[in-house]
Amino acid sequence: MTTTVEKERLELEQRNRATPEERRSIIIGWVLIALGLLVIVFFGLGTDPGMDATFNLSLQTDRIQDLSWVIDARNLSIAVGVIIVGLGVWRLTRRALDWTNISLAIGFSLFSLAFLAWAAAGSQFSLVGMLRSTVILSVVVVFGALTGLMCERVGVINIGIEGQLLASAFAGVVLSSAFGTWAGLAGALITGGLLGWLLAWLTIRFHVDQIIAGVVINFLALGLTSLMSARILSDVQSLNAPERIPSWKIPILADIPVIGPMFFDHTFFVYGMFVLVLAIHMGLFYTRWGLRSRSVGEHPRAADTAGINVYWVRYRNVILGGMIAGFGGAFLGLAQVARFEEDMTGGIGFIGLAAMIFGRWLPFGALGAGLVFGFARAVQQKVAILNIGLPSEFLLMLPYVVTIIVVAGVVGKTRPPAADGKPYIKQ
Amino acid sequence: MTDAGPDRESATTAPGPQDDGTPPGSGGTPEWFDRATGVGRGTLHALVVPTLALLLALVVGAVIIMVTDVDAWRLMGEDPGAALGEMINGVWVAYRALFLGAFGSVRAISETLFTATPLILAGLAVALGFRAGLFNIGARGQMFIGGLFAVWVALHVELPSLLHVPLALLAAIVGGGIWGGLAGILKARTGAHEVITTIMLNFIAAFFTLWVLKTSVFQEEGSNLPQSAPIPETARLTPIFGDQYRVNIGLFIAIGAVFFVHWLLFRSTLGFEFRAAGFSPSASRYAGMNVALLYTLVMFISGALAGLAGATMTLGLPPYTVTSNFPGTIGFDAIALALLGRSHPFGVLWSGLLFGALIAGGRAMQGAAGVSVDLVIVMQALIIIFIAAPKLVRAVFRLKAAETEPTQLTKGWGA
Repeated sequence: MTTTVEKERLELEQRNRATPEERRSIIIGWVLIALGLLVIVFFGLGTDPGMDATFNLSLQTDRIQDLSWVIDARNLSIAVGVIIVGLGVWRLTRRALDWTNISLAIGFSLFSLAFLAWAAAGSQFSLVGMLRSTVILSVVVVFGALTGLMCERVGVINIGIEGQLLASAFAGVVLSSAFGTWAGLAGALITGGLLGWLLAWLTIRFHVDQIIAGVVINFLALGLTSLMSARILSDVQSLNAPERIPSWKIPILADIPVIGPMFFDHTFFVYGMFVLVLAIHMGLFYTRWGLRSRSVGEHPRAADTAGINVYWVRYRNVILGGMIAGFGGAFLGLAQVARFEEDMTGGIGFIGLAAMIFGRWLPFGALGAGLVFGFARAVQQKVAILNIGLPSEFLLMLPYVVTIIVVAGVVGKTRPPAADGKPYIKQ
Repeated sequence: MTDAGPDRESATTAPGPQDDGTPPGSGGTPEWFDRATGVGRGTLHALVVPTLALLLALVVGAVIIMVTDVDAWRLMGEDPGAALGEMINGVWVAYRALFLGAFGSVRAISETLFTATPLILAGLAVALGFRAGLFNIGARGQMFIGGLFAVWVALHVELPSLLHVPLALLAAIVGGGIWGGLAGILKARTGAHEVITTIMLNFIAAFFTLWVLKTSVFQEEGSNLPQSAPIPETARLTPIFGDQYRVNIGLFIAIGAVFFVHWLLFRSTLGFEFRAAGFSPSASRYAGMNVALLYTLVMFISGALAGLAGATMTLGLPPYTVTSNFPGTIGFDAIALALLGRSHPFGVLWSGLLFGALIAGGRAMQGAAGVSVDLVIVMQALIIIFIAAPKLVRAVFRLKAAETEPTQLTKGWGA
């Protein structure tokens, strides 16, 4: 029995209780304030006054030389810290909820800037070099994320991306060493596609649990490549010496300071990555293929009723996804490292999976997330050289910690395709 | 559910709460047999698929050994017959070494049991997770942290052996439990999928170990090597058959853990809730269980078991100095092993012994026949495929297939 007064009180409580978005805004507000204070106290006041950080904005190979940005690390950090605290306070007001994620992104970018200024105080730091590395180091992650996206959009979880990358890197390296670059590239694509087919075959034909099938692919790839590496490549070393795929420097654009070396002086894999992101985006949302794929991932029964062959759509997309991983593996084996090493992927396929979730199953989201992970790795590599007294092992943990934070939902609520991970049995 | 035949049994890697180890129904084998083999209510039939899976894995392994025989391929152009003979001989030499390395002598059997000890413990960790619908790939990371906790107690606490070992093992339980529970809390509170978080925690634990073994907390005084000071005698797991054989009292701990997990899963209320949560989280929630808490608890206990596995590798591995990769591949072997044992504690015990033999034999094979122990990883992958896809094995051997329900072991990315 609720009286009118009680009812009114309940309604009032209902109104005052924060919505999930508001709660997130408040939590992120406090995170930002803490981050900002950390920047002010640790990076700002922790740096001696008058210590300049020199950020180099040109590489030695650039046409325009000797660009740099010199700034007092202490003042920069304090200014940046105050801005971050301000952003946090703004979040606490629960206003402009659309800006929560953007505030977080700005906050973390500024935090990174202050961190770099602190690390580089009194010395030089190649900012362009780091940004260029960011792009290069994000390539495999983005390809991995796109692989996962292709599969999950049709309802198949692909945990085997790691294995697909590793196996195709191996195939690429061996075939490229034996028959030339193009053979290596083709071999990598075919290997990736085959492992994609294996995943589809096991999960669709035999109803093997998708996660187990993915784990099997990882085991197979790791075991076979390590075995062959130990038994064949160590004996016949000419099979582990592929020609490194050269960069294609785009004329004029590559000479633009900062942006040139970042985006326009790479192997075709990097350009391919941007093209592929755009192509998958257009394909998914503006073509019949995309509509069918998405319907199979969201409601296979309905898609089946409408006359779509669910199994065929799943096979096709999972194989295509495997080939994208094959392309990523080829980049790893033929361009980034240019030889095969046992377990050379080191968990990057799983990071790709996290990037896919971070990017909310969207191609451009995957690209953005991949760049964030690439940035974390680039920071780790470049800062390790500066020797700031932080043990290198902790820097090496950075990408993995970022991944956990990301999947634990800093990005907020994400929604996977409705039929993701569910086997479909035709009636 | 007495009418559930062996097909249902073999199709389901993580059976629901109804599979509670109660006396068998229509099975033609005695009760003790069913219990001891861990196949539950089935008949001898239920052993068919695992046996055939192992057989198929051995066959494919033989093909791989032949195909990767570089010397034989060099001979292929001149004398194909001799080359083929060489390949077959290579398989014979390798498998002979594998078998002798696993069972050929007292030392071999000791090695098999020694290798099986952490495998059983880590396999139990994974199996427990499967029962609750969680896929714990993080046994490796939990072994790191549990093992390190044990080493810390071993190095920094002075006690008589009777207390020192249990205290170190307790520390391993706590350490592994924390690392596993972390993934559980993340899953319960944020819905972060345990597959990703546990893998990431593996990497973090590995780097942490790399660092911590270079600090004065673990290093021997005056040493620069990235390894711990020697474990004091009082904290070592005593070898059972004397110092020349490596198998130690860790084996009894592993067997004890098998009985504990069996009790936990099938005799305790908590275990019932674990299995119910694994079977249907929504139904469990509706029945008033706190599924988020259950996930955390499962991952804590699972991590604790893996932590114990780590402790057997730090406190029981001669020469008793801990290096940076002490869990090796055990964390991953454990997954295959839990699947082979159908996530049943006794099944894990038997498959742990089998894998112990495979890996101990594999090491001997690597030494004697030059076939790298990585072959064992491939064979494990094949075993998982064949176990998880019984239809595939039946198709290969033309066994009568029955309609099986699809297995969905783990949940999607959502909470």
